Amino acid sequence: MNEKYIARSEKVAWRLLDGEMIIMSALDSTLFNLNTVATVIWQAADGRTPLSEIVRGLICEEFDVDPDVAYRDAEAFVNELASHRILMMSDKPVARSGDPDKP
Amino acid sequence: MSTAVPQLSPQGPLHTGSEELIVQIGGIPIQLKTNNPGLRRLIEERYAGFLSPAARPACHFKIQLTSGDAYRGDQDARVFRIGSAWSLERGDFRAELDMRRRVGWIRQSCNPYSLDSVLRITHSLLLAMKGGFLLHAASAVRKGRAFLFAGVSGAGKTTIVRLAPSDATVLTDEVSYVRRVGQGYEAYGTPFAGELARSGANLSAPLDTVFFLEQAPANNIQPICPRDAARALLRHILFFAEDADLGRAVFDSAVAFVSRVHTARLAFRPDARIWELVG
Repeated sequence: MNEKYIARSEKVAWRLLDGEMIIMSALDSTLFNLNTVATVIWQAADGRTPLSEIVRGLICEEFDVDPDVAYRDAEAFVNELASHRILMMSDKPVARSGDPDKP
Repeated sequence: MSTAVPQLSPQGPLHTGSEELIVQIGGIPIQLKTNNPGLRRLIEERYAGFLSPAARPACHFKIQLTSGDAYRGDQDARVFRIGSAWSLERGDFRAELDMRRRVGWIRQSCNPYSLDSVLRITHSLLLAMKGGFLLHAASAVRKGRAFLFAGVSGAGKTTIVRLAPSDATVLTDEVSYVRRVGQGYEAYGTPFAGELARSGANLSAPLDTVFFLEQAPANNIQPICPRDAARALLRHILFFAEDADLGRAVFDSAVAFVSRVHTARLAFRPDARIWELVG
């Protein structure tokens, strides 16, 4: 299996609001809400951590879910966000200019 | 489709007043310079309660009149930045504002609506840098507190201010003005009117609650979670700029706002008793 690396686009604004992630694409002002699991993936999308490690180390640790199912769901989720250009995907670590991680 | 509006001749009689007028909305004075007496009269009438000749302008516009390009309010404005210069364009006007020097120009025909749009866009840019915004909302002050009623056209913005009790002061029935002041927010009156066709009062008050309007068979107030409030607020904020940094600033402002100000859904029927629920 090829590793996938994911990184948040620099053309987004995002905030955790009462435990729920809300994201706005600065390209077209579209808004996205993420559920709890998706929020964990989004916050871990630093361009350096492989998706498989995010799923194994964060999702499976925190939520009672089968690893294969969790990976398939995570893959579908990141593909969806990538299609909206708010997440970048690569088979190599993604080099990025500064990304101010937010609380 | 263009909308016919009264056009004044750019060649009016000789005027005797100053060429410069200062229109102060939301506590931010903007100087408008025109040598056309017809346009000057029009500005004096339209912004009568908002003229502030002694104020020190936050920015200056020189207005150059063109003969063509009737009002095209049905078109979307394009607002973009090159360096420190903002360009504002729509079928009926072009304008530029150098945000560093705070000077600019407007080219438009002699009508009030193009100027209204330029002022709204300019204020939205100035506010975005300070945590404030313009909102598609009616607003009114009662007992020293401001209440905003956000909604799309037809949601009841004008209706709710028409139903306001006599001790309430209407700030606007169309475009509300919100500024961050310390840890709170103030709502200001604006001359930007909807169906009411009347300027709001030129005063401000601490913001109490933003209601998102929904027409319903009965009156009631429902809580709204911060996430939905932020989404609803962002839907109603007037923001025109094609600029990622400013877009992020507005997003952050909306999120900060819903964390500090009461928000709720207001289901209402056209009935004055709604104000018993509001405050």
